[in-house]
Amino acid sequence: MDLSYSEEEKAFREEVRTFLKDKLPKELSDKVRYGGELGKADIERWHAILNEQGWLAPNWPKKFGGAEWNAVQRHIFEEEAAAHHAPRIVPFGLSMLAPVLQKFGSKEQQDHWLPRILNGDDWWCQGYSEPGAGSDLASLKTTAVRDGDHYIVNGQKTWTTLGQHANMIFCLVRTDKEVKQQEGISFLLIDMDTPGIEVRPIVLLDGGAEVNEVWFTDVKVPVENLVGEENKGWTYAKYLLTHERTNIAGVGFSQAGLTAVKRLARAEMAGGKPLIQNPHFAARLAQVEIDLQAMSTTNLRIISKAAAGTAPGVESSMLKVKGTIIRQEINDLARRAAGAYAMPFASEAIEGSNAGLPDPLSAGPVAAQYFNNRKLSIFGGSNEIQRGIIAKVTMGG
Amino acid sequence: MNFELTEERQMLQDTLRRYLREKYDTATRNKIIESDTGYSAAIWAELAELGVIGALFTEEQGGFGGKGFDLTTVFEELGRAGVVEPFLDTAVLAGGLIADLGNDDQQAHVEEIIAGSLQLAFAHGEPTSRYDLNRVQTTAKSDGDDIVLNGHKAVVVNAEAADMLVVSARESGEPGDNDGISLFLVPADTKGVTIQGYALLAGGRAAEVMLDDVKIPVSARLGAAGKAFDAIEARVAAASVAQVAETLGAMETATRLTKDYLGTRKQFGRPIGTFQALAHRMSDLLIEMEQARSAVINAAGHLESDRSVRESHVSAAKNLMGRAGRLVAEDSIQMHGGIAMTQEYELAHIAKRIVMADHRFGDTDHHLERFIALSAA
Repeated sequence: MDLSYSEEEKAFREEVRTFLKDKLPKELSDKVRYGGELGKADIERWHAILNEQGWLAPNWPKKFGGAEWNAVQRHIFEEEAAAHHAPRIVPFGLSMLAPVLQKFGSKEQQDHWLPRILNGDDWWCQGYSEPGAGSDLASLKTTAVRDGDHYIVNGQKTWTTLGQHANMIFCLVRTDKEVKQQEGISFLLIDMDTPGIEVRPIVLLDGGAEVNEVWFTDVKVPVENLVGEENKGWTYAKYLLTHERTNIAGVGFSQAGLTAVKRLARAEMAGGKPLIQNPHFAARLAQVEIDLQAMSTTNLRIISKAAAGTAPGVESSMLKVKGTIIRQEINDLARRAAGAYAMPFASEAIEGSNAGLPDPLSAGPVAAQYFNNRKLSIFGGSNEIQRGIIAKVTMGG
Repeated sequence: MNFELTEERQMLQDTLRRYLREKYDTATRNKIIESDTGYSAAIWAELAELGVIGALFTEEQGGFGGKGFDLTTVFEELGRAGVVEPFLDTAVLAGGLIADLGNDDQQAHVEEIIAGSLQLAFAHGEPTSRYDLNRVQTTAKSDGDDIVLNGHKAVVVNAEAADMLVVSARESGEPGDNDGISLFLVPADTKGVTIQGYALLAGGRAAEVMLDDVKIPVSARLGAAGKAFDAIEARVAAASVAQVAETLGAMETATRLTKDYLGTRKQFGRPIGTFQALAHRMSDLLIEMEQARSAVINAAGHLESDRSVRESHVSAAKNLMGRAGRLVAEDSIQMHGGIAMTQEYELAHIAKRIVMADHRFGDTDHHLERFIALSAA
């Protein structure tokens, strides 16, 4: 038992810090820090900087152009990136589709799509959920019917994150209705410019429009865009979900969030003293900090096991549940800290505001973030689904 | 003991509920929220006509209610429908202070308020006051027959629409002293008043109000010089009772929507409400709803009591509603899933209203500390 990082790991952390200090543009980190909205160009810019460094795809094997970091390195990077307010890497192409293509795609698909993901030629989005298929994803109804060299796709996807920026979508579609639900699903790559596709934004409760509905009406998709075998899509989807769950604990986000809450609580006055000295607020803060410390170690324990080659199973479900509870609690503290200044609808970017001054701009959109992050315990398999998995794996039945 | 509404209040509740059910759906509300003014003048006028504002004033003041249970009857319905119009600001807070403290000339405004033809705002909170009612730094200095106001009032709800502002300012003492605070009736277009408006996350609009050498006549003072604190505290108590009732109404809508959704939404071939994990959570919400209703009744029933009893119950209600409200809002969203995150679904606005109520008149923690202090006194 030794809680310290190795010399190599410490050196790696230094390397990451130096890179972030030198290469992360202030315009981008300010937006992340103060809750501004990152546009498509911002994200593409950050991806290009990481790609230049060879760090855009930390989890990809070197032969595909990835950094092939081990789990501890990835953890260190995520922690430092969050601490420096780096934009989050948009995962759809890089860490969701790519691992599937690398494992199940044809050589042609790998040669064509993977470099395009690294170079930012394509923006991918995910076509999984449907209005009637949320937690019960396998009940999806969007159909793909083979017609010569094409599939004809009809149906509707929803909650498609950043679909408004995307030119490509990877979809789960039903190719066989006669068999068991899970055995009639295929994995298709679809060009968003194909006639018959319509993207409609969904306005969320925080005023943002990050998710969309995507409608398919007689959309022709070439058969070479099928990944792997027909009707084996559920297997690939499950494989993808295990990758979606790396960094599921969100330790870096929580640490950055806690730092932000403390900053806010030092600036906000309560009873003539900084709020951070208020015993009730301090107790709330300490409670979540204690939980986060423990979870951070849980995360590292699981990561170390993964680094040793044991695939995380039920632990990733545990991390998802605990990690989202802690992140949501931190969001709750941030809105509490802001007092009456949590009330303004500050969804816009707040560049140039005087940080430290308690006014509607400097508090930032803390309440909007609180509401937006209610999604954390809903998406990617809701916390109820995760608890079901934990129960099933540990207690059978 | 009798927990039934009086006949008059029952009639008011029925009328209001019927009107709002017909006139105030989510699409209507979203349109109002996105409008420049943030409220609907037409709905304001119609509700005034129905007697909604009159019910918030006593008979002596020209109304026909004004007691704790009149406030809760009106505001529970406003909350149930998610009404964003500023009744709390114009009528209960600013209007109430004019009615409580005003001389005959000033009280003449109450008739206009009840008729729906006057909009008001209460400019009291400041950037560093947080939830303390006595931490007033804005100054009022005599200058011959005039008073000169200087200061910064924070998150003043309804300031842009207001014809007049009720402004608190200190004539003597230090921030944190109850003594020395006065109230002034300031026309919004007075020279030196700057109003920087913005939309609020849970609907409606507010503003930062800057007072820069604002000169008003001494006759603009409401009540005695430096003695406004007790009236402010009592009015904020009334507003808190109205607000917890409004939150209760919103929580009823949230639990109704969630119950319906659990019964109709199917996943894995069955209604999701048949999964015990969700059924038990729903049961917990319904238990908390009963607690919430009782806390509102306790606060309303003691609004006319002595200060310490009144304030203790107000703090108890605000503390409990902050906790129960958060649970109901968060769990209602969670049990719905993604659909509850969309602005066009009714729960989205309702959940925001419930949670953001904790940011006005003191949050859960503030009122816990206050309850302890009042109990010790």
